[in-house]
Amino acid sequence: MSSETGYTLEVEHLHHAYGERQALEDVSLRVDPGEVVGLLGPNGSGKSTLIKILSGVLPGYRGQVRLGGRDLRGLPRREVARSLAVVPQEPVFSFPFSALEIVLMGRYPYLGSFAFESAHDVEVARQALARCDSLELADRPVQDLSSGERQRVVFARALAQEPRALLLDEPASFLDIRHQVEICDLMRSLADLQKLSVLVVLHDLNLAAEYCDRIYLMRRGRIETSGPTEEVFTYQNLTRVFETELYVDTNDLTGKMLVVPLSGRTRAKLERASPLPAPPTAGEERE
Amino acid sequence: MTRSPLSARRLLAWLLALTATLAACLLLGTALGAGRISLLHLLGWGDSPDAVQAVILWKVRLPRVLLAAVLGGSLTAAGVAFQAILRNPLADPYVLGVSGGASIGGVLALLLGLGRADSLLGGVGVQACAFLGALVALFVVEWIATVEGRLTVYTLLLTGAVFNAFSGALIFFIQSLASMEQLHAIVFYLMGSIPSLGYRTVGGIAFASLAAVVLLFLMARDYNVLSLGEQGAAQLGVDVERIKRRTFILGSLLTGLAVASAGLIGFVGLVVPHLLRLVLGSDHRLLLPAGFLGGAAFLVLADLGARSLLAPNEVPVGVVTALVGGPFFLYLMRRNRKRHSVL
Repeated sequence: MSSETGYTLEVEHLHHAYGERQALEDVSLRVDPGEVVGLLGPNGSGKSTLIKILSGVLPGYRGQVRLGGRDLRGLPRREVARSLAVVPQEPVFSFPFSALEIVLMGRYPYLGSFAFESAHDVEVARQALARCDSLELADRPVQDLSSGERQRVVFARALAQEPRALLLDEPASFLDIRHQVEICDLMRSLADLQKLSVLVVLHDLNLAAEYCDRIYLMRRGRIETSGPTEEVFTYQNLTRVFETELYVDTNDLTGKMLVVPLSGRTRAKLERASPLPAPPTAGEERE
Repeated sequence: MTRSPLSARRLLAWLLALTATLAACLLLGTALGAGRISLLHLLGWGDSPDAVQAVILWKVRLPRVLLAAVLGGSLTAAGVAFQAILRNPLADPYVLGVSGGASIGGVLALLLGLGRADSLLGGVGVQACAFLGALVALFVVEWIATVEGRLTVYTLLLTGAVFNAFSGALIFFIQSLASMEQLHAIVFYLMGSIPSLGYRTVGGIAFASLAAVVLLFLMARDYNVLSLGEQGAAQLGVDVERIKRRTFILGSLLTGLAVASAGLIGFVGLVVPHLLRLVLGSDHRLLLPAGFLGGAAFLVLADLGARSLLAPNEVPVGVVTALVGGPFFLYLMRRNRKRHSVL
């Protein structure tokens, strides 16, 4: 893996619309080398659109995106792919390539248009698999793997790109808890040791509380709140953005936020005991 | 099946093996058939063949065998490339509409009597009109399937399917206008059979096909990455739109050339890539050239079958490929049913 430092990711006044529908409105954010920054928000709040724009596959936006100080618009695709890797939400595999072949695809932006992967490329790919605890999957057809194994292979492919910044779109959603922790530990160590800039979309608020230095909370295409995790993760912010009742406490072991969803049954029971304060903005829609 | 990633050595070894196989098939295809000529004669040993045999061999059979090889290779390469951009191993070269356009052109030429050797276009009137039909289809499908400057897989498939269905109806309409004799020619043309064209024509077709296959081959690594989905490929630096458009055009030209020359020969572009993918893996840098060689060998053998099965009468080669390819494809699918990795 490269020992060079990461690239700062800067977004300024980003707007994007799909036809009439405004998907992003005046979004600004920044991720510095060595940071793990969480991007959180309900479904449809614009997180995936933002990831697409940052990775250079969705043109037609207004505003500025800079990668290591350079405007994304002026960068050739392969240059972008050498600097920034994406771990997608739902990996696609159309043909039965082996896991190692999939990871080797991470070397695509480094190879000439008709070169074969060198021994060095294979070594980088094998190391990436090893770091994701998946070396034993190397020769298996990727379509035979479980979704958790596939996710680790895709993570390894991102590492094989030797990127300076990493975009993770719900990297842990299909994983069991042990592999969730392992993937998130890996993400943390890439930021801590290699000073990569990491932007991660997470749905699990507790994972976000545990791993992220800073948080951007998104809602309806806008950044609602941002700041250090402990400042953003308040009962008020979370219930307002996610429009649901939550139990928020402090984790005794780490001192970090602990968030537990409450079922309708529990909410009703609590309401009978002592009426809950209605979530601030969604109040008018609730009984 | 486990295999290490593709190396230049493994690529070369497989291509050499397949070239040898193709050479053997070419020899067999030239040697066998009605009026058997011994292999020794063919290689110039022993007694030289008599004059009639020599004419059959060099003027009729050899150009036909060579054309079969070129067309089999073209169809298979086009199949592999279409499967790659559509990200579907079940796509075949005919799925995007070009075959429909080419058939209309060919059938129209037969109706208008352009197929006769003394007609305006010489002996290749049907082929020329069919290729023109293929080009028209290519432009129409591309124009309709391009939405906001992008060629989406979904609209491409849909446009191709509708275009083919429409062509089918139009061909039935043309058939209803044809005389009994013309009808026979039309049906035989549509079922696919390899003609004996002159060396210059075969050479021209071979040159054009090889050029297109080489250009497809240059995109082989992009095809590999494209299997990660269009977005995943773009995030790795692939110029997805350019690859799709170039592949659609080159694959359609190859398919158009094949259908124009020999009518609709089915299953070659589907079964051969499928079989090779099972043996060789999914890397398109190997699959594409191997497909060209393997498809060439397959069609040479199928044409040999078409000439020999009911000799001295001929079975359309499209019937042979379908009769062999269909059950074989189902067998492969059934055998690998549990390994959903294949389909």
